[in-house]
Order: sequence, then C-alpha cells, then structure tokens
Amino acid sequence: MPPILQAIHVQKYYGAFQALKDVSLSVDRGEVVCIIGPSGSGKSTLLRCASQLESIDGGVITVDGEIAGYRRSGETLVPLGDVQIARQRQNVGMVFQRFNLFPHRSVLENLLEGPVRVQKRPVEECRKEALALLERVGLAAKAAAYPNELSGGQQQRVAIARALAMRPKILLFDEPTSALDPELVGEVLSVMKELAKSGMTMVVVTHEIAFCREVADRVVFMDGGAIIAAGSPEDMIVRPQNPRVASFISAVL
Amino acid sequence: MPFKQSRADAAGNNIGVAMQDLAGIDFQRLRISRPIPYRQIAASILLFVFLIFIAHAFWVGAIEWHYVSDYLFSAPILKGVRGTIVMTICAMVIGIFLGTAVAMMRMSANPALRWAATGYIWLFRGVPALLQLLLWFNLALIFPTLSLFGFFPVNTVDVMTPFVAALLGLGIQQGAYTAEVVRGGILSVDRGQMEAAQSIGMTRLRAMLTIVLPQAMRVIVPPIGNETIGMVKLTSLASVIQYSEVLRTVGDVYYANSRVIELLIVAGIWYMVIVTVLSIGQSYIEKYFSKGWGRAAEAPKALPDGPAAMGAA
Repeated sequence: MPPILQAIHVQKYYGAFQALKDVSLSVDRGEVVCIIGPSGSGKSTLLRCASQLESIDGGVITVDGEIAGYRRSGETLVPLGDVQIARQRQNVGMVFQRFNLFPHRSVLENLLEGPVRVQKRPVEECRKEALALLERVGLAAKAAAYPNELSGGQQQRVAIARALAMRPKILLFDEPTSALDPELVGEVLSVMKELAKSGMTMVVVTHEIAFCREVADRVVFMDGGAIIAAGSPEDMIVRPQNPRVASFISAVL
Repeated sequence: MPFKQSRADAAGNNIGVAMQDLAGIDFQRLRISRPIPYRQIAASILLFVFLIFIAHAFWVGAIEWHYVSDYLFSAPILKGVRGTIVMTICAMVIGIFLGTAVAMMRMSANPALRWAATGYIWLFRGVPALLQLLLWFNLALIFPTLSLFGFFPVNTVDVMTPFVAALLGLGIQQGAYTAEVVRGGILSVDRGQMEAAQSIGMTRLRAMLTIVLPQAMRVIVPPIGNETIGMVKLTSLASVIQYSEVLRTVGDVYYANSRVIELLIVAGIWYMVIVTVLSIGQSYIEKYFSKGWGRAAEAPKALPDGPAAMGAA
C-alpha cells in the first residue's frame, strides 16, 4: 500500500527566499507525525504545500499515490485545472491556526458546506454524520450557534469536525493551539489525541512538545527549510541525539 | 451646612480638607441640584424661530399649494415616478453585476483580466455621467446601423431609445464605482476564509461566490445603499435625453401651465418618498447580511456571573 502522503525532494521559493530545501517525508496510513522546529523553519509551508494552498517549485507531493496538482506526461508534470485540484483537496483535511470557520454560517452549516455542497452527498446522511462528529468533539449542543458565539477552543474543535466531515484520507494541523488562551489548549489537544487513537492519519505542526511525546509515532525536526532529524519521540524528545534538536528541546521544555 | 471649596494643603494633599467639608452633613437630605439647561433652551428657541421663518416664507410666497396636491398623484407625474424607479432599479442591477464581475477581474491572477478591469474603471469613472448619456443617445451619428459581424443589422435609432441610452450610460458608469466598493469589501474578508473554503474542496470561483462575497456584503451594502440613493437622483440626468422620469414629466407640465415651483415641489416630494423607502429597505438588507456578527454574538457569554452577580451576592 502506498504511503498516504509523500513529499519527494520538494523545493519551495518565495521570491529569492528558499522556504523548503529538498524536503522528503513519507506518512503511512494511521501514522501520527509531529513536526517541530523554530519559527520560519518551513513547517507550515510544508503543510500548505501538501494541502495545495501553495504551489511547489520542485519535487513531487503525492496523496494516496496520486500526484498532487499535476498530471504526469512522460518526464513532465502538467498542471491540473482548478476543478481537479479542488477534487484532490477533498482528500486532505486542514485545521488552521486561526480556525477560519465561516462566520456567516452556523456550526452545523459549517460542517455541511463541504459534504453537501461540494461532495453532493445526501443531506440527511450528512446531517447525521455532522451531528455525530459534533458529539465526538463535545459540541453537540452548539450545532445552531454561530462561530463568534464560541470560545477559541470550541471554534477549533468545530474546525476539526468540519475537516473530518469531508472524510479526508489525512488531516493536517497547522499550529492548532497557537492562537488559543492557555486554559483552552487542553480541550483541543484531547480531541486530537482521541482522533490519533482512532487511527486517523495526522501530520501536526506544533509547539506542544508534551503532546508530541505522548501521541506522535514519529517526530520530525525542521530548521531553515530542511528536515534536520526525524525519529521516535523517545529519540527526538526524551533523549535527542542531534545537538541542534537537543538545544531546541531544552529551550522549549 | 455651607459646602466649602476644598483646598489643597502645602503637600498637595486635600483629603483632610474634603473630609472636613463633609463633616456634619445629613446625607439623607443631601440633594444634587440640576442646573437649568440654558444652552439647550436657547438652541431650541433659535431652531423654532428659524422654522417659523421658513414656514412664513413659504406661506407668503406666491405658491399655489393646491397645484401641488392636484398634481402629486396625477397620471403624467406617476408615470414619471415609475420611470425614475424603473431606471434606478435597472441601472443599479447592471451596475452591481458589472461591478462585482469587474472587482473579481481586477483581483484575478490573470493580468489581461486585471488590465481590462483597471481600464474600464479608469475610463467610466473619469467621464461625466451626463456626457456618457449623450454619447450613447447620439450613437447613431457615427454608427447608423448596428450588427453582429454583419448579421442581424438594425437601425441604431431604433435600438438606442432614451431608455436604453440612459440605462447603458448610468449602469456602465455605476459599474465602475461599484467595482471599487466590491473590491474593498472582498479585501476586508480574511484570507483564511478563502483557504478554508479551498481546503474543503471548493474552487476559487465557488469559494469567492459562496464564502467570501457573502461576508464582504457586510462592508459592501452600506456604500451600495448610498450609491442607490445617489442613482435615484442621477436618473434626473436622463431627462436631458427625453427619458420620461419624474423631473422630465413635471417639466412637461410646467411648460404648459407655468407653475414651475409647485411642480418642482411635487418632484421633490417624490424623490424624498423614494429615498426614504430605499433607506428603510437598506437597513433590512444590512440586518440580513450581519448574520453571525450581531452584537449579542460578540458579547461574552460569561456576563451573568460577572459584576452583576457579584453585586447581588
């Protein structure tokens, strides 16, 4: 079985600045990978490339064996059209730092927007599934509320449910707790832990080292746009081998 | 008990003096006096005199008020009112459609679309509306017939009626203004909304239409309301090219009976009525698009056990 997500020699430039330098990463089905590293190290950029919010300038990203954003024709990659790219994005769920719920839609409508309007699945089925998802993140009572009536932690849990409602093959988290008040971080992390236990394939960019140690199957350390080291939480966090990783861990713990 | 001005001592500490001033007061009987609002009274009297003056001027002026009431609901005037309303609605519909399309073009990744949009805004915002009406109306002078690459030829005079010329002139120039309003509205929506919509599988166009634009409406509606009210009055320009809107129909009447001021008052009343109705409509539209943004939604839910609850305890 192919890896769910595969980045092969990925390069990304913003003008002259190289944000990703020859990044290769493979995520298997059911695996939870946490990416840590200092700010500006390219962690978020890698996620944004994987979810096709940014284009890449070199290398290949595949999702479930399918090349993201391109069609292969011999030795060249031909860009796909908007509609195909939108279809591919449905496989990759994204949870943003700033939640990005749709403020003009109720919580339930936020969850139904994708499955009903984009995937054209039957409304009743989607509604049942959406309510079950809200139950799962502990917000069944808030189905009719609008996002601005919720706390940050609640909004982020709704955002996770919205991503799950698309039945994605992989879920990407871009610093999901960085915009939260400290006392609200725990509720979001516990939802993520529960998701990880249920077998969801996840890539999490985070500064929550304790979460990485507890939940991650593999921890990846990025710096300066490149992957410096990767390994089990034991090797990366508890007893880091790489000196650069060790100094980062000791600084944030 | 006389209430003395408290004075600061050498150290600037006046607490002791203030305490002394309060000594011996029966707080049960202490009253705070309400000064007489002289300024408000003076302003009200001035306003009243001014209104009397205006009313008197209209009273003694040679205005035959019965002409106003006779013509207010007369058939030709109502026809003109209908013309004004129809033209306002049609021109605004064209303006809003054009404006939205041009705003999206102006923000497109495609440079050809961007340049086309910029050029359109530059041209039609730069030329006076009256001049544009006259250009459209007199199109037959340079193009006696219009056709689609030689097919379906028609006489320009038959097509370019006063209605069509006014509609094109007003609608197209309105589109140029509306485009900038819509662009401002789109820019006011957080970039993350577009990304979130794309992440659940929407194309850019669909995300723009179903997620970004509805939120932009909150910012767009007030200035569009403003422009609609401006359009009501701008339609009076169409009287110059013989479109029968209210100003033209009152003109036709006063050319015949010479009651100029009376009929202008009639037109003024109708403009005020239309604008008032539109303003009320606008507030309803604003309410609709502020869904999810109400003040109640912004207030923290924790209020009940806040200061009020503490006071009760």
